[in-house]
Amino acid sequence: MRYAMAIDTKKCVGCGDCVVACQTENNVPHGYCRDWIVERVDGTYPSLSLEFRSERCNHCDNSPCVRCCPTGASHIGQGGVVLVKHNKCIGCGACIQSCPYDARYSHPEGYVDKCTFCLHRVQKGQLPACVDVCPTKCLYFGDLDDPNSDVSLAIKDRKWKVLAPEAGTKPQLFFLT
Amino acid sequence: MKTRRDFIKISTAGAGAAAISVKAFGSKGFGFFEPKTEGPVSDEDLTPYPTYCEVCFWKCAAWAYVDKNGKIRKVLGNKNDPHCNGRLCPRGTGGVGMVYDEDRLKTPLIRDTRKDGSQYFREASWDEALDLVAAKMKEVKEKHGPEAFGLFNHGTPGGQFHHLLRAYGSESNAEPAFANCRGPRSSAYFSTFGAYVGSPECTDIRDTKCLVLIGSHLGENMHNSQVQEMSDAIDKGATIITVDPRFSTAAAHSSHWLPIKPATDIALLMAWIHVLVYEGLYDKDYVEQYTFGLDYLKDHVKHMTPEWAYGITTIEPEEIRKTARAMAGAAPAVVIHPGRHVVWYGDDTQRGRAMAILTALLGSWGKRGGFYFPEGVSVPHYPHPHFPEPKWTWKDWNDGKYPLATMGITTELLKASIPRYNYKHQVKAWLVAGTNLPLSMPDKPLFKEAADAVEFIAVMDTMPMDITGYADVVFPEATYLERYDVLRASPNREPNIALRMPAIEPKYDSKPGWWIAKQLGERLGLHEFFNYNDYAEVIDWQLKQLGTSLEEMKKVGIKKFPRKSGPLYLGEGEAFDFNTTTGKIELYSVDFADYGFDAIPNYTKHPEPPQDFYRLIYGRAPMHTFSRTSNNPNLSDLMSENSVWVNPKVADLWELKNGQEVWLKNQDGAITSFPVKVRITERIRWDSVYMVHGFGHKNKKLSRAFGKGASDTEMVTNVLVDPIMGGTGMRGNFITFLKENPEVEGKEVKA
Amino acid sequence: MKEELFVSGRNIPNIDPYLNIWHWQIPLYLFLGGLAAGILFFAGYYVVRGKENTMEATVKWAPIIAPLALVIGLGALFWDLKHKLFFWQLYTTVRLDSPMSWGAWTLMAITPLSFIWVASYMKELVPGWDWKLEIVNKMEAWVIKQRVAFAWVMMILSIILGVYTGILLSAFNARPLWNTSILGPLFLVSGFSTGLAAIIWISKDEKERRKLSRIDLILIIIEIFLIIHLFMGFLAGSETAIEAANLFLGGHFTVSFWVFVVVIGLIFPALFETLEIWGLHVPKWLPPAMILFGGFMFRFIMVEAGQITRYLY
Repeated sequence: MRYAMAIDTKKCVGCGDCVVACQTENNVPHGYCRDWIVERVDGTYPSLSLEFRSERCNHCDNSPCVRCCPTGASHIGQGGVVLVKHNKCIGCGACIQSCPYDARYSHPEGYVDKCTFCLHRVQKGQLPACVDVCPTKCLYFGDLDDPNSDVSLAIKDRKWKVLAPEAGTKPQLFFLT
Repeated sequence: MKTRRDFIKISTAGAGAAAISVKAFGSKGFGFFEPKTEGPVSDEDLTPYPTYCEVCFWKCAAWAYVDKNGKIRKVLGNKNDPHCNGRLCPRGTGGVGMVYDEDRLKTPLIRDTRKDGSQYFREASWDEALDLVAAKMKEVKEKHGPEAFGLFNHGTPGGQFHHLLRAYGSESNAEPAFANCRGPRSSAYFSTFGAYVGSPECTDIRDTKCLVLIGSHLGENMHNSQVQEMSDAIDKGATIITVDPRFSTAAAHSSHWLPIKPATDIALLMAWIHVLVYEGLYDKDYVEQYTFGLDYLKDHVKHMTPEWAYGITTIEPEEIRKTARAMAGAAPAVVIHPGRHVVWYGDDTQRGRAMAILTALLGSWGKRGGFYFPEGVSVPHYPHPHFPEPKWTWKDWNDGKYPLATMGITTELLKASIPRYNYKHQVKAWLVAGTNLPLSMPDKPLFKEAADAVEFIAVMDTMPMDITGYADVVFPEATYLERYDVLRASPNREPNIALRMPAIEPKYDSKPGWWIAKQLGERLGLHEFFNYNDYAEVIDWQLKQLGTSLEEMKKVGIKKFPRKSGPLYLGEGEAFDFNTTTGKIELYSVDFADYGFDAIPNYTKHPEPPQDFYRLIYGRAPMHTFSRTSNNPNLSDLMSENSVWVNPKVADLWELKNGQEVWLKNQDGAITSFPVKVRITERIRWDSVYMVHGFGHKNKKLSRAFGKGASDTEMVTNVLVDPIMGGTGMRGNFITFLKENPEVEGKEVKA
Repeated sequence: MKEELFVSGRNIPNIDPYLNIWHWQIPLYLFLGGLAAGILFFAGYYVVRGKENTMEATVKWAPIIAPLALVIGLGALFWDLKHKLFFWQLYTTVRLDSPMSWGAWTLMAITPLSFIWVASYMKELVPGWDWKLEIVNKMEAWVIKQRVAFAWVMMILSIILGVYTGILLSAFNARPLWNTSILGPLFLVSGFSTGLAAIIWISKDEKERRKLSRIDLILIIIEIFLIIHLFMGFLAGSETAIEAANLFLGGHFTVSFWVFVVVIGLIFPALFETLEIWGLHVPKWLPPAMILFGGFMFRFIMVEAGQITRYLY
């Protein structure tokens, strides 16, 4: 079982619903976010292209954050989801340094926090909060090992890219272009 | 100049400073003494309450989830609701922020004067505040007649006060939504098709093959179901054509983007009509059967060729032809989106007419993939006596002007409040409910003069918005998550009703709008118009009349009913009587001709920016709505201020850097109260700048929104009035940049 | 024109617009760790070489600094932790993939060792010292007997300590400035150099100082060579590496790096030590002070600048 997510940049309008939904679902403190929107503009008026990306932790297959954690607080959970055990984290910040995607942040309470693919919802058969709320339905989530899951079907017939592949982290967030 | 009513700026410096200092500490490290933040709460421990959202006007039905401690944790869409299909937009999802914003109005406030002459708001009891407003209403009724008490309103809060005022004897109300937003298209489409496009618009984007957005930035405005349907259309491979001087989000997702020169849209529309007519691409059967005036139209657009339009719009003739043919190829499954905020240059009703004519030529009105026939549930009115007939209404301010206006015009209400305009019917006092006039009305000096001229202003709001600074009495309203309200019965594909019930008790001393209206009604001796104790009784009665009950609606939130008015679409060749003067779709508008307006639109050239000035274009961001959400903690996290978009060539010319703060000055010398950050981007043309509307709040009580960004409305002092229905065109304003603080330079800062 | 920006208001404290989650505590610890490593290494080395009595400052006096430095360094580390009450979790597991775990355990070993080393010389350092407890006296006798073995252990641990301070940073492949294998050896050499500088500063023996100065000179030359190699590697690397190097070649840190670290921290001390060897007199405390200053500034600048370098946005 390998959970992954696909984001269709042809449909994303950068509304930020995924950010707010994650905030209300996971009680993320104000001023912090587990996911965010990046806008990328290329070209010169009027030959322009625009891409919106809804980004979050990539739950990498070769995650540097798990590797460098001195206490094992950063660990791999069910389905390859990278999680943080709050009461094992000492707040040293090594994982924050090691993430090329700046996906982690230091929670005001001291431990390190980040996107969990809403595992607490997924385990009940629901979708992550961001996927569930997206008005353009541009987020696809599921099990990569299942050829009929939303995410497998999404990346099957479309061109996609991952972020910073040269960092060698094998990220599991696929941006459909 | 000392005004009679000072704008009261109350600083919450203490509370604000404390909040900032706590945040600045960042990580506290020792988890010893503070309670741990809860993680996500499992759905089994949450209780859902049905409601429909009031953050914007889309009114998506939703479920508010309350945890065991009585706190609303999240708001999620109702899956059966056609407005949202189970997915709320970011404002709806962030609706919890509206409830838990500590800057909310907490108690009634009454304007008072200190010994030294300065004015301030003192906290008062509900009785005192209600007594005062009721007394004023009686006074106005005796001295000037009830008609002299006007109402500015928006959304469901306004509805309750509209009822109150009608019972009291006044129909002197106006919504900014008409003259300052979508009014022109109402008049345009009504005169063409005999029907309104409604809200949500009856656009069948879900099944369309071609979506034309001219004056609509879907994706930046979060018109929920339409953004969702546009996404579906993209999945289905529909052609999207966007006409926009700016590279909007919709333009980025379009097959064709026409980067039109601002103020020239009518030329493009007429050129498209020309192509359809002269290349024979229009739906001949449909036009033959259902429309009137094709010959006049043919004659009128003869010279409006794509080449002619090219010289005006800078869009290549080939592109105009290509897109016209694409539309025709997809017909009748083509949507020419009517747009929403259409008050641009004063000829907006005519532009709406051009879009309606185009729709008719493509044969898409009443067809799948075009425009469907919406139907709404007719909710019976709770019994009350007949409303008294007022001696004059909003129609009378217009004094014969704007003959095709269908609702009150806000700027006219302002002028009727100012004696020096010498309107025959004077307005002496206002109720304002649910609208932040200083930021929503153009021509701020006019508003200020009117606010100063009237004898009394009562404002009902949830937040200390800028309008509250001008009030004599402020009523703190409970948010939509804390109250009962009218049943939502907006027309849609399937008639449906949605229930709003409180998820929690109103916080602080706020009260629902219906309660405030009823209390005022009681004090005015209008008990028979408010013959209930709790609004739940009204809803229950109405639901029982419709064959359901409050109990049932509390469980489902939304209920659909079978259509009674006939099918969604026109059958092939079906006979149909349109509600127009001729009984047909009027390509040539008989009503317009009767009143002396152009029966078929003409292109008029509009003034261009002078040297060193740039046209101000404004729009929306998907995470905010109006100026209402700028202080919402969840949403201000997403976007805390706006920026002014500047083309890199212009930035070079002015030596502006990304993120630099500038003040804006317009052609009439008005200067923004606050600076705004520059965003250098290729997405905007070199003759224009762009800002997101709704920022630049001046009320210090809005701790998150005060002073953030600049108000585009302050720059709208040149109002281009539409002679047909009084719409206030706002895009004829040009700005230049001030790199130094104008206060420092000694210039007068016009607030 | 290319524009890439956050449009959901992301502005996480200490992460946006540039990562800055490690402040002065970490460079201080890296510096003190390197310093202690250097001191302890040379203390052990000269014991193994049997020069215990000719290199008194190295073997007996300077090691007093080591436990102090390690304790202060550990204190700084503890202060930097954001979830302090759980710091003990570090010692519940050994994670071979995590340099920080290595470091935690190495420090766990070397800190008591350094205390024991100093304690074993207490009778020589403070005349009339008496432990007052019989068992402690017995332990002291045993330590003195095993001194060479201790010295070997300390040398190995101090090398690990010195190298690990560099590997700690180089293991973060998300920070292009640090992600180079030269950093480990560079920090090791730098640490040893600062250790030597501290010993030279407190030593009163002319011969001892001269001997150590010569070694220090060689270490400085190796450091300069490694730094040049570092930049050559960056400039021949990927775009992110070039951007990282540019921070020091015309960017924000150019002046502070080349002046504080290279000129004051390396070149001038090398120059002065050469002059010493040629017989010209230079205030004795000057070169060591400059080396110590340069060493600290080097780590401080590397930690600040490294956090700024990134792959995305």
